[in-house]
Amino acid sequence: MSVQETPIVSMDAITKKFPGVKALDEVNLDLYAGQVTALVGENGAGKSTTVKILTGIYQPDGGTIRIDGDPISFANANAAASAGITAIHQETVLFDELSVAENIYIGHAPKTPFGLIDKTEMVKSATKLLNSIGAQFDPRTRLRELGIANKHLVAIARALSVDARVVIMDEPTAALSHKEILELYELVETLKQQGKAILFISHKFDEIFRIADRYTVFRDGTFVADGKIADIDENSLVKLMVGRTVDHIFPERSTITSEEILQVVGYSHPTEFADIGFKLKRGEILGFYGLVGAGRSEFMQSLFGITKPSKGICKIEGRICAIRSPAQAIENGIVYVPEDRGKQGAIIGLPIFQNVTLPSLGQTSKSGFLKLAEEFKLAREYTQRLDLRAASLDQDVGNLSGGNQQKVVIAKWLATQPKVIILDEPTKGIDIGSKAAVHEFMVELADQGLSVIMVSSEIPEVIGMSDRVIVMRDGRIEAEVEGEDLRPEVLVRHAAGIGIRSQMEEV
Amino acid sequence: MTQTNINTRHIPDRLHSRSYRALRSWETLLLTVAIVVFVINSFASPYFLNAWSLSDATFNFTEKAMIAFAMALLIIAGEIDLSVASIIALASTAMGFAVQHGAGTPELIMIGLTVGLLCGAFNAVFVTILGLPSIVVTIGSMSLFRGISFIILGDGAFRGYPADFAWFGQGYIYWVFTVEIAIFALIAVIYFVLLHKTNFGRAVYAIGNNPTGALFSGIRVQRVKFILFLLTGLMSGVAAICLTSRLGSTRPSIALGMELEVVTMVVLGGVNILGGSGSIHGVVIAAFVMGLVTFGLGLLNVPGIVMSIFIGLLLIGVIALPRVWAMFVAKRNTP
Amino acid sequence: MLSKLIPMRETILGAAILLLLALVATRFAGFIAPANLANVLNDTAPLIILALGQMVVILTRCIDLSVAANLALTGMAMAMLNVAMPDLPIALIIALSILIGAAMGAINGLLVWKLEIPPIVVTLGTMTIFRGIIFLISEGKWVNSHEMSAAFTGFPRDVMLGLPMLSWVAILITILFGIMMSRSSFGRSIFAVGGNPHAAVYTGINVGKTQFFAFVLSGALAGLTGYLWVARYAVAYVDIAGGFELEVVAACVIGGISIAGGIGSVGGAVLGALFLGVVKNALPVVNISPFWQLAISGSAILIAVAFNAQSGKAKGRIILKTSKDAT
Repeated sequence: MSVQETPIVSMDAITKKFPGVKALDEVNLDLYAGQVTALVGENGAGKSTTVKILTGIYQPDGGTIRIDGDPISFANANAAASAGITAIHQETVLFDELSVAENIYIGHAPKTPFGLIDKTEMVKSATKLLNSIGAQFDPRTRLRELGIANKHLVAIARALSVDARVVIMDEPTAALSHKEILELYELVETLKQQGKAILFISHKFDEIFRIADRYTVFRDGTFVADGKIADIDENSLVKLMVGRTVDHIFPERSTITSEEILQVVGYSHPTEFADIGFKLKRGEILGFYGLVGAGRSEFMQSLFGITKPSKGICKIEGRICAIRSPAQAIENGIVYVPEDRGKQGAIIGLPIFQNVTLPSLGQTSKSGFLKLAEEFKLAREYTQRLDLRAASLDQDVGNLSGGNQQKVVIAKWLATQPKVIILDEPTKGIDIGSKAAVHEFMVELADQGLSVIMVSSEIPEVIGMSDRVIVMRDGRIEAEVEGEDLRPEVLVRHAAGIGIRSQMEEV
Repeated sequence: MTQTNINTRHIPDRLHSRSYRALRSWETLLLTVAIVVFVINSFASPYFLNAWSLSDATFNFTEKAMIAFAMALLIIAGEIDLSVASIIALASTAMGFAVQHGAGTPELIMIGLTVGLLCGAFNAVFVTILGLPSIVVTIGSMSLFRGISFIILGDGAFRGYPADFAWFGQGYIYWVFTVEIAIFALIAVIYFVLLHKTNFGRAVYAIGNNPTGALFSGIRVQRVKFILFLLTGLMSGVAAICLTSRLGSTRPSIALGMELEVVTMVVLGGVNILGGSGSIHGVVIAAFVMGLVTFGLGLLNVPGIVMSIFIGLLLIGVIALPRVWAMFVAKRNTP
Repeated sequence: MLSKLIPMRETILGAAILLLLALVATRFAGFIAPANLANVLNDTAPLIILALGQMVVILTRCIDLSVAANLALTGMAMAMLNVAMPDLPIALIIALSILIGAAMGAINGLLVWKLEIPPIVVTLGTMTIFRGIIFLISEGKWVNSHEMSAAFTGFPRDVMLGLPMLSWVAILITILFGIMMSRSSFGRSIFAVGGNPHAAVYTGINVGKTQFFAFVLSGALAGLTGYLWVARYAVAYVDIAGGFELEVVAACVIGGISIAGGIGSVGGAVLGALFLGVVKNALPVVNISPFWQLAISGSAILIAVAFNAQSGKAKGRIILKTSKDAT
């Protein structure tokens, strides 16, 4: 063991509880000056909670935070900012109606001697800050005029506007293009040279190995390991993260039939996607891969009747179907498990059984009048098939964990006996046990003859589960990949639009 | 292949019996309040426990409650209609106008109901087709509908309703039971079944808890909301018939401010103003509570405006007290 | 770039008011004489003041239906105080009216902040309670002009530089609000709370507390207007300004303040109030019965909200367009 330098910030045995769950259980995390520490963990490992505790949005229930070795506690976001901790949050925490400069400086704007906001000074410093990160827009612009990538630059500028010693980046590259990502790496390098400590949260391993100096691994809210990136390889880090080797996660697939169930031709939308066409066979699992914002969810929602396509045809079992509303999609046997479970999937406030039977009320009722006994029967049948963990069927679905809520949503759709089920990021934000259960269940469904479309941004999941993968980029189909070609680097290149040629050069 | 889950665990239908849940419900609390008010009133005034005066007291709430049932569904679905009192004014004005041109009672009924439906449809178009917030739309249509009444009537009034028209607001079905209370009871039963026993009612709850989730579950959200606005308009039409019949005249200021009393009744009945929960029986009890309080205070010669203090306190109190209590308990548990 | 800096809604509303004035002038030229316009402004002053308070509340995703009742209660209290103690200086009366109004606003604010009761329920309740209290303290009696002192009724009518004090108060408050909303941390945090309450927490803004102060502000202005109203009309009774809360909300809606919070401006609120004021004053001049006023303001609300929703419609994700930019 070499002589340890003192970390700028250290979290010592931090615990955070929420009703029913321990989000963090005595975790440790150290951040050192001039170094990038990667916080690694699966969804639900407690990374976001850690960020919120370090930035004063949540208060820990146990443990100590130390700055330069001295214990400190943050009452709110301002306290953390004045202690020199700043963050680029995963969600955009910005204000559409305010100007770019105001978004950067809200809460700590420069003041005139009368205590009013000094707009000239604010715009001046904002311009300087934006220039320093290569942003090319006027700070007086209203935020709503900007696109997603530029908004992200504003968030970065906001984080840098505080004279910080610690910069937290929570999945900063998720919404950025390839070029912008490279610029961000340069920025990280600059910050490092300025002696700032950086906490870098990312799901992308290439990224972690490229810019991080240290790693800390969390699993299910507990601390697993930490160390120097130089001392570890990718496989070992993955093993630490998931707690087992990755090879055995995905269940075996049996062969699929050749019977065609769904055909989509030329689906287009004025602004979101264009010319989407593919075929889907009975019992097939078709993966849709792409970067966030590639238009995959937008297309799926259009196929499900939420938005109307400007043109395009959808054939189900050879029959042309006009799908203008979700109700019609369900009648035609297409169902959609959305990514945003809390908002679009589960109806929080209603009991489990009512969630399950909502689209099937036609079967469980008699001429429009409810029959509770039938509802309980149907709900029990499908929730037990999915091995739902719940106290009772009349429990509010909002009291369930993420994984169990997802099971309720899937049960709701299976109860309609669909032909095609679209799963949009089906395992996002659920614990690893439920994840494996969902995967096994998907295979089981496919084996029973249900066709599955799976939208996923997790490469292992896409490759492990799909028979065939369609890669989307900027609202169009970039490639269709199957068999031997189904490899991570192929998917990543198509998704980024780098194409096969440059890959050949590299290989 | 299906039998992969060998030891599936059994999930019970219900954790607590229905009677246990009923005992802990808002409606039970409210019913207790109603009984307490009733007992206090009967001690406070010797005139209270008289069948005929109690029968008179029902006029305090019957017309409002008719609208409150429809409004309850609307609020549960996450919308609101503040124009109901103005719909009464417009429907009543239309009926008065028709009377001047020789319309008889059947025509008046048709006109009252049609105007109500049309006004409801007007709101529905703005909210469901144009996608505007209902609170703003109905503040606007509230001024517009009553404004039209003012344009037609100015500071005048319509009188001369046919004698048999008076039956709705002044007649009796049997002994002390008025026509209005019968209509009230009938509407209460219809709405109880509609909200609690049908697929439509389930859709209303789903929309109120999560409109996006309801849409994604295949519910035709806009269609359901459209119907709810129509129903609220229709009920305002029914209330207009009863009120006009009872008063025997129409002024443009008829039912002024009633929309707020209707909303108060609905909220007092345990309907969440933010949507998603509530019951028809709750609203029925709230109607009686408001009627009894008003009537009891009236017997004690308390002027109407002071009664509104009690109604206001009741509205805030019944929502605030459980929350204050919860905060108090939480504080005691975590010292 | 420049076109983005000119506020669209305010410009259109301003143009609508000018058009309205021009139309009225074709029928009766005297309407746009400076003296008459000053009169219209003075008539609209209470509405302007209350609309500014309401704007702040609506911006934070709340609504205050109790302003008119607050106004009436404070007005009655001041009138009775004046009857009891005619020699109190006007400055003290004004300070007291602001204080009483603010206290009532604070009750609303506390119920919304600490107990998290929906604002529409809270203010619906306090509205009826405040009205009832007026009856309790006045026993239903009127306070008439001969009972009030000359100084009490004189202040809002005192003329300075050609305008009555009532107008000056409205102008002063407009300027103060203009500065507050655009240049103070509190003003900007109001937009932040209404625009994205979730994100406001991340920037260290306390959402409930901001809403509380919004209610206090709205209450204070209602209280101040209460004195000015009673003094100007030289009469106080239970029902003064009955239903005025809806006119105030109407002014805000017409002024383009989004009921969903976060969007709106001082200019919009003032113009919205002026629009209603011009309509109200123009009707008798062009021989339209004043009974048309209600229907016209109702239509104006519906048109304004439909128009604002169209112009403010959130742009969907433009995925396809970015592909052109990127390549």
